[in-house]
Amino acid sequence: MAWFKRSKDNITTDKPKQDLPDGMWIKCDDCGEMMHKKQWDANSYTCIKCGFHFRIGSEEYFKLLFDEGSFREFDKKMKSVDPLKFTDTRPYDKRIEETMKKTGLSDAIRCGTGEINSFPAVLCVMDFSFIGGSMGSVLGEKIARAIDRSLKNRHPLIIVSSSGGARMMEGAISLMQLAKTSSRLAKLAEEKVPYISVITNPTTGGASASYAMLGDINMAEPNALIGFAGPRVIKQATGKDLPKGFQRSEFLLEHGFLDLIVDRKNLKDKLGQLLKLLAN
Amino acid sequence: MALDFEKPILELEQKIEEMRKMADSLDISDEINRLESKVNDLRRNIFDNLTPWQIVQLARHPNRPYTLDYIFQMTDNFVELHGDRNFRDDKAVVGGFANLGGQTVMIIGQQKGRDTKSNLYRNFGMMNPEGYRKALRLMKLAEKFDKPVITLLDTPGAYPGIEAEERGQAEAIARNLLEMSRLKVPIIIVIIGEGASGGALGIGIGDRILMLKYCWYSVISPESCSSILWRSWDFKETAAEALKLTATDLLKLGIIDRIIDEPAGGAHRNHQEAANILKQALVEEIETLNKVKRDKLLDNRIRKFEKMGFWKE
Repeated sequence: MAWFKRSKDNITTDKPKQDLPDGMWIKCDDCGEMMHKKQWDANSYTCIKCGFHFRIGSEEYFKLLFDEGSFREFDKKMKSVDPLKFTDTRPYDKRIEETMKKTGLSDAIRCGTGEINSFPAVLCVMDFSFIGGSMGSVLGEKIARAIDRSLKNRHPLIIVSSSGGARMMEGAISLMQLAKTSSRLAKLAEEKVPYISVITNPTTGGASASYAMLGDINMAEPNALIGFAGPRVIKQATGKDLPKGFQRSEFLLEHGFLDLIVDRKNLKDKLGQLLKLLAN
Repeated sequence: MALDFEKPILELEQKIEEMRKMADSLDISDEINRLESKVNDLRRNIFDNLTPWQIVQLARHPNRPYTLDYIFQMTDNFVELHGDRNFRDDKAVVGGFANLGGQTVMIIGQQKGRDTKSNLYRNFGMMNPEGYRKALRLMKLAEKFDKPVITLLDTPGAYPGIEAEERGQAEAIARNLLEMSRLKVPIIIVIIGEGASGGALGIGIGDRILMLKYCWYSVISPESCSSILWRSWDFKETAAEALKLTATDLLKLGIIDRIIDEPAGGAHRNHQEAANILKQALVEEIETLNKVKRDKLLDNRIRKFEKMGFWKE
């Protein structure tokens, strides 16, 4: 009777999406357009046909946003430890080690200073490829130190978020990173140093419930998923179908939680424009 | 309702009760004393060796005192204040001015219901954005009149609803985290039941974090953690263990400052006693915090959260 059943698991649906495609030719996840890597690079990692924003990482954002040669990374060597000795299907410390090897990153965020159209800024960029951009102690401490740098030099802070939420393997300690980053932002606000939050696809859970939503200016890339609870959780909890465009950038702009949506191609200039306005 | 591990205790207590009724006609006081000491040993034995999952169950016990029970038992002159002045009154959170041991305080907490009807009314203690904004409004009111704030945490999480997202659940919680870190009055947080993630933390930034003995506080519930990391609902006990979500663990990790004792067998066995213990602790804490200069208080508050985390370089 089972003639129609798949006997082998030769198709897996939950394979993580590749952050950066290999090879020289790239296919758009959305419209299927084929493009050469150089075209894609030149188009700020968006589709040359439909404008789809590919998921990119910190390296690409630093390249995209900072003036050439101005980027200086700090706290490069900070790494996670395993305070709870947490083990699910794998021990947490092994998971960290493997992810570091696979991604070449040390955690889900990188921070540095540089110039955007000649205006100095502190820039933090999250990497979704590092355990789903989850926020643990390292992320909290790196953001806290980035804020301190902003405070010290009175250089505006920019955080580019992409995160699935807090890092469960650090339990309540990861939850406290929401508190840690938000309370440090309160200090920045008291000192009237600007903070611009750039939200990219996807940003849900802990990141959105703390620094990502606390910008003096909140901006997002088009069609990014942004919310507190993930769509699956909401569907399960309410039993309702989710409205079209629910929790996308345009939806948040419409409901008053974003100041603007900026195409990745214009991101640097828009940031530069704001930095200039705030500086003069 | 009784939890599985409570049953032997309750059975023995019932037996003692029955014997007491017979004690008028029969001389069985020795027997009763013997059983009483037996039940005390049994209770101690069970409650000294609770697993994290059992503690999660106690935190959710349907007879457990909720925010309003504590408010009514600990304070007098409570005046409940409603609404966020913007959208509506969220019934999952209650708050108002009250007199606690001679001092006016602003007391705010998540409120669960006891039966289906009241649970629907209270949305099972799951706040919407207007709830976080209501709580913040009340805290600002306390700041204006220089009164300490007490918040009681007891929620299975912030409400994951369509409208909650439309009205900015994430922003509402984030705003509270920032504003509570710079509120210019003492804030004391007490976890009285379930402290589920951002939903709890949204009213959980303060100078002192207290936690009742049989509560849990973490980034996710053990059930959801099991479903995400183990891809099955069957590992909730293991997840409860791994998350280090009990008061003892969190004190060791520096997440909370103080464990508040509960009556023998848990707060649900004696609401009045549970409230008395908490009240005494709160009065002490307020007295201590009132002595700290306000800018020092704020510096200490930010430093407190700054220290939370573990990393290497």
